[in-house]
Amino acid sequence: MTTPSAEGARPADAGRASSPNSHVTDATDGADAMDTPDNARDLPQASTDPQASTDPPASDGDPSAPPLLRLVDIGKSFGPVRVLTRISLDIPPGQVTAVVGDNGAGKSTLIKTISGIYTQDEGQILWQGRQVHLHTPKDATDLGIATVYQDLALCDNLDIVANMFLGREEVKHFQLDEIGMEKAARQTLADLSVVTVRSVRQAVGSLSGGQRQAVAVARAVMRQAKLVILDEPTAALGVTQTRVVLDLIKRLKSQNIAVIVISHNLTDVQSVADRIAVLRLGRLVAVGPASQYDAESIVDLMTTGTSKRLAATSAEPSAGSPSEH
Amino acid sequence: MSTDVQGPPPEASESGDIAAEVALSSPDVIADSLGEYAKIWVARVRNGDSGALPVIAGLVVIVIYFQARSSLFLSADNLVNLIGQAAWIVMLGMAEVFVLLLGEIDLSIGYTSAVGATFTCWLLLPPHPAPWPLAVLVGLAVPAVFSGLQGLIVTRLRLPSFVVTLAGQLLALGLLLEVMNSAAPSGGGTIRLYNSVLVDIYFGSLSPVAGWIVMAAAVALAGALFLVRDSRRRASNLTAPPLSVTLLKIAAMAVAGVVVVLVGNTNRGAGTAVVRGVPWVVLVVVVVLVAWSVLLGRTRFGRYVYAIGGNAEAARRAGISLSRIRVLAFTLAGLTAGIMGILYTSYLGSVSTGVQGGQLVLLAVAAAVIGGTSLFGGRGKMVGAVLGGLIVAVIYNGLELLGLGAAPQYIWTAVVLLAAVTVDTLARRRSTTA
Repeated sequence: MTTPSAEGARPADAGRASSPNSHVTDATDGADAMDTPDNARDLPQASTDPQASTDPPASDGDPSAPPLLRLVDIGKSFGPVRVLTRISLDIPPGQVTAVVGDNGAGKSTLIKTISGIYTQDEGQILWQGRQVHLHTPKDATDLGIATVYQDLALCDNLDIVANMFLGREEVKHFQLDEIGMEKAARQTLADLSVVTVRSVRQAVGSLSGGQRQAVAVARAVMRQAKLVILDEPTAALGVTQTRVVLDLIKRLKSQNIAVIVISHNLTDVQSVADRIAVLRLGRLVAVGPASQYDAESIVDLMTTGTSKRLAATSAEPSAGSPSEH
Repeated sequence: MSTDVQGPPPEASESGDIAAEVALSSPDVIADSLGEYAKIWVARVRNGDSGALPVIAGLVVIVIYFQARSSLFLSADNLVNLIGQAAWIVMLGMAEVFVLLLGEIDLSIGYTSAVGATFTCWLLLPPHPAPWPLAVLVGLAVPAVFSGLQGLIVTRLRLPSFVVTLAGQLLALGLLLEVMNSAAPSGGGTIRLYNSVLVDIYFGSLSPVAGWIVMAAAVALAGALFLVRDSRRRASNLTAPPLSVTLLKIAAMAVAGVVVVLVGNTNRGAGTAVVRGVPWVVLVVVVVLVAWSVLLGRTRFGRYVYAIGGNAEAARRAGISLSRIRVLAFTLAGLTAGIMGILYTSYLGSVSTGVQGGQLVLLAVAAAVIGGTSLFGGRGKMVGAVLGGLIVAVIYNGLELLGLGAAPQYIWTAVVLLAAVTVDTLARRRSTTA
């Protein structure tokens, strides 16, 4: 688990630092090249040399484990519109990271960059300590990054097994290996404790919203995903269905699969996230253990980029008031 | 089994029964008993995904009606005639299934099949006929390539297939006139089929004994395959259809086979001539039906056709090459149309520029849709096109037998087609708004 004390202990330099491992990134980083000398953890990222990352810095979760995914100063523009500005974020393995932000904060662009749909203009993506270039969605899925979009991309007319294996059907004697695929699909769903479907031969169109989400996630898991990105997984769901999906996320975590959840729903975020990253106007205004934030401080961060409330509890300092940008 | 912490899915919340939940699923693999199978099946019919039985029921009703009006209808003579008429409608219907499953349509295949058949007849012209397999190959390749190119245009330029293939229909008619002009300059727009093998598709028959043997072997083989598949599923601890259901299916196949052979083996010769046996064309249709059913149901290609028809964007994100599958499906539609062209030529003994290619293709679409293929893509089966084609053929044959002219034939086909499309659309609306 994360150690809030380690984060909270250095509010002073965190407020100015912009290194990837810091918990605050903002426009003041022009001056930070010379600061944080006391923080050894920041040194390796200061170098853009991928060699340096062979001895990666510890993530704040588990000091011995490198982050699964590390974003270093990611920037992205669409023409004159700057959508992402120097985003630095670590995704530790086996934890749930919630990315929250208002509309237009850059959440979608960020996950599309991670899932290979967009290529960043600036910065680097490090996967398990190695620099990677994600030019196509396939690059990302090959690494083990699976993205489940809001529309789930399921074929309603096909059954669960066919959807889970879509594009990766197993063939035996020139025919689809239906028995093998059905067994594997059942196993995967059982591992995720998806017990509510009557039969894996049901057409996906007959499933409820939560079950559909489960099928989409199970498909990702079956492809050996190490990181699953969920885009607004509970947006269209009722209370019970939402609970099914949140349980599913916890199950992924228990299988040591890292999860990034994009969400508007702060209640869901707080019930499931280990870490929270707040985006505002394309900048990461705060990131840290979920326990340090309450709903009000998250809303403050999402809307203004700072939270007095947070400062008062000294849990996680924030910086980068809008006027500075 | 389905009771748990989770509430019922929204679409089932009103009635609260399992029927709605499984309405879109195959009863084969969900039901544990005959009773449950029937219950699930009824739910599916209400959702429009009816399978074969309602179509068969409709067919039986129409047959009874015509038999009541004319005792000649069920005579062996007329039934063999009916099989002949049905064969090419069925074949063209199967061609259309490939593209309809994608949510596309091919309006050109009525004329391209005639273009292909003209090439075949041309190559077989005396005094120097080419080997007939080569002539057939050319006759199949021409419509296949034509439709494949249309598919390429539809995918690459992202044009609606309706418009592209409407243009293709006109182009094919032009090609037909042009090719005919070169092949038989003095034929008055007609070229005869000079090959006895191809003529025998319609006018030759298996011997009565061979008919029984082939039928028995086919039913036994199919039945064995069904049973082996079921037992494999059970051995792997997966649900399989109840044994009673599988046995019923095999029995139905056997009954259909016996009826066809009995009808075929009845003497239908005029005067002293004895003509008996199942026409070869039946075998051709059955072989194509089995081959295409396996292709659609048991291979990656088939799976991708359904996936693209269901949700093309999902298929694309799954890494499926949409353009490759689409072009291949169009090509197969053309190829099947080519087979139909040969059958039609065998039936008439010649190819003519007077062929009603536009009407043929509409009958083919009607056959496919009556047989349960959705115009919106993603739903339908080859066997449905066979049953739908039989319904269209029965209407034509029956009304002709009653001495009624073309007008009621068109009107009744229109009524049945409209009914089928209405069912299809209502079912779709129901499943999307549920």
